[in-house]
Amino acid sequence: MLELTCAVIIAVALNIYLLLGGADYGGGVWDFLASGQRAERQRELVERSIGPIWEANHVWLIAAVVILFTAFPPAFARIMTFLHIPLLLMLFGIVARGSAFAFRSYEARHDFRRRWGTVFATASLLTPVLLGTVIGAVAWGKLDGRVISFSVFLTSWLGFFPLSVGFYALAMVAFLAAVYLTVEASEADLKEDFRRKALGSAFFLGFMAAEVLAVASFDAPEILHDLTRTPWSWILHAVTAAAALGTMAALWRRHYHWARLLAGAQVSLIIWGWAFSQYPHLVKPDISLYEAAAPPLTLQLLLLALGAGSLILVPSMYYLFRVFGKIGGPPIR
Amino acid sequence: MDNLLAARTQMAISLMFHIIFAVVGIAIPLLMFISETAWLRTRNPVYLELTKRWAKGTAIFFAVGAVSGTVLSFELGLLWPQFMEWAGPIIGMPFSLEGFAFFTEAIFLGLYLYGWDRLPSLAHLFAGLVVAISGAASAVFVVCANAWMNTPRGFELVDGQPVNIDPIAAMLNPAAFPQILHMLLAAYAACGLAVAGIHAFVLLRHPGDRFHRAALTIALLVGGPAALLQPIAGDIAARRVAVTQPAKLAAMEGQFETEAGAPLRIGGWPDPERRETRGAIEIPKGLSLLAYHDPNALVKGLNDFPRELQPPVEVVHVSFQVMVACGTFMALTVLAAGFLAIRQRGIPENRRLLQALVLTSPLGLVAIQAGWFVTEVGRQPWIIQGVMLTRDAVTPMPGLVVPMTAITLVYILLGIVVVVLLRQQVLSTTPSGATKEEAS
Repeated sequence: MLELTCAVIIAVALNIYLLLGGADYGGGVWDFLASGQRAERQRELVERSIGPIWEANHVWLIAAVVILFTAFPPAFARIMTFLHIPLLLMLFGIVARGSAFAFRSYEARHDFRRRWGTVFATASLLTPVLLGTVIGAVAWGKLDGRVISFSVFLTSWLGFFPLSVGFYALAMVAFLAAVYLTVEASEADLKEDFRRKALGSAFFLGFMAAEVLAVASFDAPEILHDLTRTPWSWILHAVTAAAALGTMAALWRRHYHWARLLAGAQVSLIIWGWAFSQYPHLVKPDISLYEAAAPPLTLQLLLLALGAGSLILVPSMYYLFRVFGKIGGPPIR
Repeated sequence: MDNLLAARTQMAISLMFHIIFAVVGIAIPLLMFISETAWLRTRNPVYLELTKRWAKGTAIFFAVGAVSGTVLSFELGLLWPQFMEWAGPIIGMPFSLEGFAFFTEAIFLGLYLYGWDRLPSLAHLFAGLVVAISGAASAVFVVCANAWMNTPRGFELVDGQPVNIDPIAAMLNPAAFPQILHMLLAAYAACGLAVAGIHAFVLLRHPGDRFHRAALTIALLVGGPAALLQPIAGDIAARRVAVTQPAKLAAMEGQFETEAGAPLRIGGWPDPERRETRGAIEIPKGLSLLAYHDPNALVKGLNDFPRELQPPVEVVHVSFQVMVACGTFMALTVLAAGFLAIRQRGIPENRRLLQALVLTSPLGLVAIQAGWFVTEVGRQPWIIQGVMLTRDAVTPMPGLVVPMTAITLVYILLGIVVVVLLRQQVLSTTPSGATKEEAS
């Protein structure tokens, strides 16, 4: 039970990271794709909405990593060894995104601001693809624990399925960001811009989901099987699909708060669908969460620390989001 | 370059880069807090402007520190998977707590930086205080984990595997308290005096400037006491090393022979081939006195350890000398400033003192780098003292020289950009705190 609780918390952390940190990357995607007369204003909106929160949002990823190595050290070691290359590339993306964003905010010279903006946008595009690829590779099942030659450092993640998941992740973050920005934009024309982008990316996300499943049918048939192995899986997928349709309907009718809620639910359900299909494996094919778990005392103390920490974290987080108008009404002035 | 050396170099460069941003995140928020308190009490706009300037600097440092810290949390696994698999359940606890501290710091820094016109003034001040406290707490937890590598506790070894793991005992290991004290004081001393030096530099060109005088005062208030207390903390740390890591102490002091009443060596170059340290000023019985508070205490020399278990003595000894020299110069400068301040009843604008402060400015950061060289290189060849060798912890991934080179280049670039942006910030506040845009 302790093991399962820790594993669930890792999934929760990844879920929140996707909803919050993911959307910050998605903001960068829309910076990259900004065009037309309102391009500059779109970029400013993205910058304003990410500025106060991206560092806090980013910590969810670190939390997932720390819980993984504390609670399931063999799984951590396996992932870090075999997926060294995509993880390293992802780190370069994280460094480039974060520092370019900060440099742009504090740079006075206009041409330098533009250059940092380009770095920020490009890195925002690449990082989610790599993170998705890593998750895809963990599910793909080629991290089987033997280092035979250099090629395993490539063949464990360079494949149709992991890369499809990578681009699926990119579609997800772009979709989330566009939906959030419909709420956060205060002017009507910007709201309309992001409504169109959100609708477009909702369709693209659906297309990418079909693409991932199609690729899985030949490159990862086991995953397809795991995704549909019980009646519950079907119910989960049905609810996900309903949320997706609900998001589109809400966007169409300009109920932006509803759209944001449903989009968050949709993406979360996708994560949990993946998590359930993996159970009880942390790393396919052979690391189960029950075998890889640290001793019970470590897990108990970890959960205790996480519980105590949440007492400070949750109200602080609420306050942060409330002050900057992310939840519960307009920003405080 | 072999893989182990590449991995160690990459780790060293990542840590050397990150530590600068980490200590800024610990100490500068305290300067901001003091300055904002002064603004609220006196309503003197100089303090408000100063707080905002420091906050801008902190924002850049915090963003880069957040991402370079992320790099480190992954590098632990990317470079040392065997170490993490072994040690994760034992020292994951302080890392988790550090995660929370960092979370809190990120949340309240966001509120602080972007909340000037959204938060009531006391709430804003409180946010700054939380940033300062959680920054220090982060350091406490991370140093706990590092101290465990020096004095591993909280488990029993059975067939090379840890059993009966007790994460609390691991966290409260013998090196934890001395290292934490030493590191926190180092952060306040280094940042306080670095900031003091920057403002002293401007004061030399614009004597009497109120903005920079106020900045200098606050920076010295934080950096000064820390620099004066640091030698005591260093003594506590060194005495703990003498007991727990005698090979490290011997390397720090260039002590090859085991000897009663060992001398303290100032400077000099240890020669591991001829087994002696040459060119040092030797203070008779000084080392025994300092390490054990007994002039005739027996100090174990490097020759008592198998050759393959001795740390690289040149690096450790020289780094230790550099650290002590920087620390001494900092403490003396602070003493001089304090002496003049008492005589003149206020922060003195003596040119000689300002020049000394400019010279002292980078020394704290140099001392921190040198000190971490002593800690980390002095533990080699162990990654966990006496338990696991660094070479047994490294990843089987080949070609590590490539990521090492790439990380180095990226960090050099980031370092240059940060310096350029900070220079913009400082230059735009001369003279009298008015920014150039405001003046024009």
